Amino acid sequence: MSDSPVARVSRPHGPFIGREFKFWKRRRQLPFRKSEAELSLLGNLQGNNQVAAPTQAKSASVPNTKGPDVKPRLLLMGLRRSGKSSIASVVFHKMPPNETLFLESTTRIQKDSIHSFMDFQVWDFPGQLEYFESAFDLEDIFGSLGALVWVIDAQDDYLDSVARLNRTILTVQQFYPGINIEVFIHKVDGLSDEYRTDTFQDIVQRISDELSDAGYENAPVHYYLTSIYDYSVFEAFSKVIQKLIPNLSTLENLINTLANNCGFEKTYLFDVLSKIYIASDTRPVDMACYEMCSDYIDVIVDISELYSWDHPSRKRLGEQIQEAESHVVLHDQTMIHLMEMNKYVICLPMHSLNILIENCRYLCLVSVIRNPEAKDKRGLIDMNCRTFQDALNEVFSRSWEEGSAPQDGGSTAEIK
Amino acid sequence: MMDARKKKRKVLLMGKSGSGKSSMRSIIFSNYVAKDVRRLGATIDVEHSHVKFMGNLTLNLWDCGGQDAFMETYLASQRGNIFSDVAVLIYVFDIESREVDRDLDTYHAIIEALREFSPNAYVFCLVHKMDLIQAEHRQRIYEERSAVIRSRSAGFYVDTFASSIWDQSLYKAWAGIVHKLIPNLVVIERFLTAFAKKINAEEVILFERSTFLTVTSVTSEVGELNPIYDRHERLSNIMKAFKHCAARNTLTTPASAGFVVMHTKTPQFNIFLGRFTDNTYIFLVVPPGEASYNCAVLNTMLAREGFSKAAAGGGGDGFPLPPPESLDDSNGNGTA
Repeated sequence: MSDSPVARVSRPHGPFIGREFKFWKRRRQLPFRKSEAELSLLGNLQGNNQVAAPTQAKSASVPNTKGPDVKPRLLLMGLRRSGKSSIASVVFHKMPPNETLFLESTTRIQKDSIHSFMDFQVWDFPGQLEYFESAFDLEDIFGSLGALVWVIDAQDDYLDSVARLNRTILTVQQFYPGINIEVFIHKVDGLSDEYRTDTFQDIVQRISDELSDAGYENAPVHYYLTSIYDYSVFEAFSKVIQKLIPNLSTLENLINTLANNCGFEKTYLFDVLSKIYIASDTRPVDMACYEMCSDYIDVIVDISELYSWDHPSRKRLGEQIQEAESHVVLHDQTMIHLMEMNKYVICLPMHSLNILIENCRYLCLVSVIRNPEAKDKRGLIDMNCRTFQDALNEVFSRSWEEGSAPQDGGSTAEIK
Repeated sequence: MMDARKKKRKVLLMGKSGSGKSSMRSIIFSNYVAKDVRRLGATIDVEHSHVKFMGNLTLNLWDCGGQDAFMETYLASQRGNIFSDVAVLIYVFDIESREVDRDLDTYHAIIEALREFSPNAYVFCLVHKMDLIQAEHRQRIYEERSAVIRSRSAGFYVDTFASSIWDQSLYKAWAGIVHKLIPNLVVIERFLTAFAKKINAEEVILFERSTFLTVTSVTSEVGELNPIYDRHERLSNIMKAFKHCAARNTLTTPASAGFVVMHTKTPQFNIFLGRFTDNTYIFLVVPPGEASYNCAVLNTMLAREGFSKAAAGGGGDGFPLPPPESLDDSNGNGTA
C-alpha cells in the first residue's frame, strides 16, 4: 500500500521531439476534426443533436492549441461507476469520502479549472461516452493534455475496462505520444492485501501484454493502487502531477540537501489547496509522515480561517515575516514544521507545452523531524527553510528552455 | 489531605433509548471519532464512568440506558439511588423522535424525581441529531422544541443546546456544561483577563487537556469583533481531529497522544498553544509582531510557573488561586 507504483516504465526521452513533429503533420490529416465550440456543444448538450459550428472557430482553433490560454489537462476516464467523479470531488473539492456515495452519475464532460500553484483543468468524463466516435474531436480532448488518468474499479470485473483502456492507449499513443497514461486501480480499500497485489499484477500484466503485442514496448503507462478512503489517491495524484513539473529533479535535489542538513525525516513541498505534493525528498514514501503533514496543513488552514478576519482596528505589534510559519511538537517529541513559500509570484513553464504557470502562493514546505533536539534549533531550521525558499524561487524564475539547474542549496547551514 | 478538597460531581446522562447519549459520551470523553460510534451497543442499566477534569474535579458520569423498562425502574425502585446528590442532569432529546409527547412526559417524570432528591441540580437539555434536519430549518425547529421543553421543566432553569456528533455543536454543548461545573471559575477568569491584557492578546482560551473542551476564554475588545462566533468549538474539533491523526501515526492511543507546544505565525495573527496546568492547554491569539509574540510566549511560561507555585501552596480547590500581586510580578519580569 505504501509504495504503490511498482511497475513503472520509463518514457523514451531521446526521439521525442522528432516524433512529436511527425505527429503534428499527421494530426492535420485527421478526418474528424471538430472545433472547440462544437466539442463543448457536444459535451454540454449531449442528447441534443444540434451539431452546427461556426467555421471561423474551426480555423482559429488550430494555433490555439499551443497558445498561452490553454491549460494543461488531466483527463479522468474509465468505465461508468468506477469512481472518477468521486476522486475529483475528494481531491479537488475536499469532499468527505463518505459523501461521494450521493454523487449523481456524470452525464457530460465536467471541466474543472483548478487554480492553485499551477492552473490546470480536470476533465471528468462520463463512463459511457464514446469519445472515439467521429463526433468528438480528438485534438480538442487530447491536444493540450498533461495526463490521462484511467480509473479501474478493482472490486468489479475489470476485463472490459482493461480492454477499453488498451484501445484508448493505442489510439492516443498513435497521435499524441507525449501523454502520460496513469492507471488508477481504484477502490482497493475493499480488498485484502493479498488479493490487492494479485489484482494489481494481473491488470499490469494484461495491459503490458496487449501493448507489446501491438508493438508498444515502452509505453508511458504507470499504475497506482488507490482508494478515496485513505491518502493513497492523494499520493497517486501527487505522482501524476509531479511528472508534469519540468524541474522536478532539481526540486528533489534541493529538498534532499535541506532534509539532510536539517535532519528532517521526510519533507514535502505541498500544494495547500489540493494537498497534492509537487516534490518531496527522495527517501522512501512514509504514509504516516504524509498523513500527519497533510492533516497539519488542514489544522493550519482551518485555524487561519477562524482568525484571519479583516478589521481596521486589528493592529500589528511589530515587524514580522510575511510568510506563515508554524510548527507543532507532539507527545513523542516528533516535530512537524510548516513554512509557506510565497515570496514571489513565480512562473513555471509546463512540460512540453509553453504555458506559464503563475503563483506559487499556495506552496508550503512541510517536514517531519524526529529529533528531540530540533525544538531548540528552530532558528536554524527556519533559516535553512528560508534559504530553500530563495533557491526554490530561483529555480522557478529560470525559464525552462535555459534548462540548467541552479546549483543552490549548498548554502544551507548544517545542524550539528 | 487533597482528598478533602476533591470534588466529585455526579452527572446523570438520560434520554430515550437510541437518542445518542453513549455516542456523545464516547466522543467527548473516550476519544471516539464520530463514525466509530455505530459500533456501540445499547446501554444496559447504568454505566458509570469517572472522568478526571481540570485538577481536582472529577465527573462521576452515570450513563443511564434509556429503554422504557430501565426508565421505569429509575423512577420507581431505584429512585433514591439515582436521583440523590445529582449535580447535573443532562437530558438528551432525539429530534427525529416520532413520539414527542411521550418523550416529554418521561422527561417531566424525571424532572419531578430530580426535584424531589436534588433540587439544586443544573439541568441541560440537548436537542440531538440536528444534522438530520435541513440547515435552513434548524434554528426554528430547535427554538420551538426548546420552548416546549422549558414549559415542562417544573421550575428548573434549563439550558438547551442543539447538538450533533457530526459537527462542532457537540463541543459547544459540552463546553457549556463543564463551564458550569468548574469551581473557582471567576478567579481563573479574573487571572486570564489580567494576563491577556498584559500580553496584548486578542484572545486567550483554556482547553481541557484530554477532551479539548473550552474551559473558559477571555477576549479583548478587538478580539470581540471576530465574526466567527463558534470558533471555540471549531478549535476543539480541529485540534481533536489532529490529535487522532497524530495518535494513529505515532502508534499510540488517542488518550496518550497530545501536543507539547504549537506555534503558528501568519501575517494576520500569531497563535501559541501549550500546556498550562496538568489538565489544561492555553491557547493565545496575539497580533502579528515577532518580538511581542515571543514576549507573550515567555510570559505564558512564567505565568504557568506562578500558577503551579500557587497551586502547591494550596489556594483552593479545583484550580489554584494565585494571589494577584505575584502574578503581576512575574509578568513584569517577563516583559522587561
